[in-house]
Amino acid sequence: MNRLNGAVSSRTASAVRDLLLLLVLVGYALSLFAAVGDGAWLKSVPQKDRARPNPLASDRDAAAAGAKLFGQHCAQCHGEDANGSAKRPSLRSEHVKNATPGELQWLLTNGSLRNGMPSWSRLPEPQRWQIVSYLKTLQ
Amino acid sequence: MPIPRLSRTAAVLLLFLLLLPGALARAQETYFVTYSHQMEEPGNLEIATKSVTGSPRGGNPFFAPTLEFEYGVKAWWTSELYLDGQTTANESSVFTGFRLENRFRPLLREHAINPVLYVEFEDINSADKSLLEVVGHDGRQDFLGRNDRSERKREMELKLILSSNLRGWNLSENFIAEKNLAAEPWEFGYALGVSRPLGLKASAKACTLCRENFFAGVELYGGLGDRYTFGLHNTSHYIAPVLRFDVPNGPGFKVSPGFGLNDYSHGALVRFAVSYEIDQVAQRLRRH
Repeated sequence: MNRLNGAVSSRTASAVRDLLLLLVLVGYALSLFAAVGDGAWLKSVPQKDRARPNPLASDRDAAAAGAKLFGQHCAQCHGEDANGSAKRPSLRSEHVKNATPGELQWLLTNGSLRNGMPSWSRLPEPQRWQIVSYLKTLQ
Repeated sequence: MPIPRLSRTAAVLLLFLLLLPGALARAQETYFVTYSHQMEEPGNLEIATKSVTGSPRGGNPFFAPTLEFEYGVKAWWTSELYLDGQTTANESSVFTGFRLENRFRPLLREHAINPVLYVEFEDINSADKSLLEVVGHDGRQDFLGRNDRSERKREMELKLILSSNLRGWNLSENFIAEKNLAAEPWEFGYALGVSRPLGLKASAKACTLCRENFFAGVELYGGLGDRYTFGLHNTSHYIAPVLRFDVPNGPGFKVSPGFGLNDYSHGALVRFAVSYEIDQVAQRLRRH
């Protein structure tokens, strides 16, 4: 009987341990999503990238093309209106509003893989600048 | 009867996912054999059929379709399941096995050369003709015998993927090492690819046939012998131009005629693929 009780309590302890581990993992995942939205990535941008101007800034079609690209690649996570969702950050935040074009280009190129933002280096650089042009119209 | 049940389940899943409104996003990889460092976006599921057809000299024409499910587990981790089959004229149509692969990006920033580590487990039989990679002394003579499923191959495949994006071009190099777990030697292979979209800037207007939706490239791949006979002797090699077309917010299509570069290779192969990417699939399933 004691052995049976011991086995049951050992199983209960194991279940509690698994539950705690799960909670820690969920908490960690949520904190990562929070980290994307809090603009922590801005600190990682090298100075030379931060200062890069948008070569398409004077291109009147750039924002329209960027809006189209945004709909194809970004809206699935950030929403058609760029307001984000429960787990994905809004792109109408102060961090994005205040970011330089160079900083946004750097984020699109590198992503923030640890936080769930993929790298968009597969898009040619002019297309990434077009997306930056569109993001700047959201302000 | 595990195979028909698996096929039915896959068909129902495919149908269900395709019925989800507004779920289609863009397909991605330009190449058929070569991998770049492009990963699946986290939460997205790409469903693709990749097929190869050929008519080996002295053998029967064959058609080998592969059904592929690619899921973005994390932004740095992509997982894929392949179901392989083939049909050979005057012989039979057979299910030849499955492959489970995982790709990891160890460096979380973009560099001049971006490494990706690839690990795959294959459980296929000797009738497999999918030619998803060429290693060791793989060649035309493997396809000359009649369909034979008697040999089961459980293999581990490792790849080092190196890939760069520069001025719209992608340049990818894959180094392949494959080991049949039944005490056979390591076999080696390579795949190289270069590709580029036809338009670097997107058009401001909504359009389907814009240049930015077309991609052109070329692949070079082949075997490098095995642990005891490393090198180019008795190995097959192919060069294959690739053309890809993505329908905006829709499916992607690609086609690639491949040409054998020596007598050990198939004379010609034609590959084609159709892919659908379903964005944020877990969220969509929860909503329904």
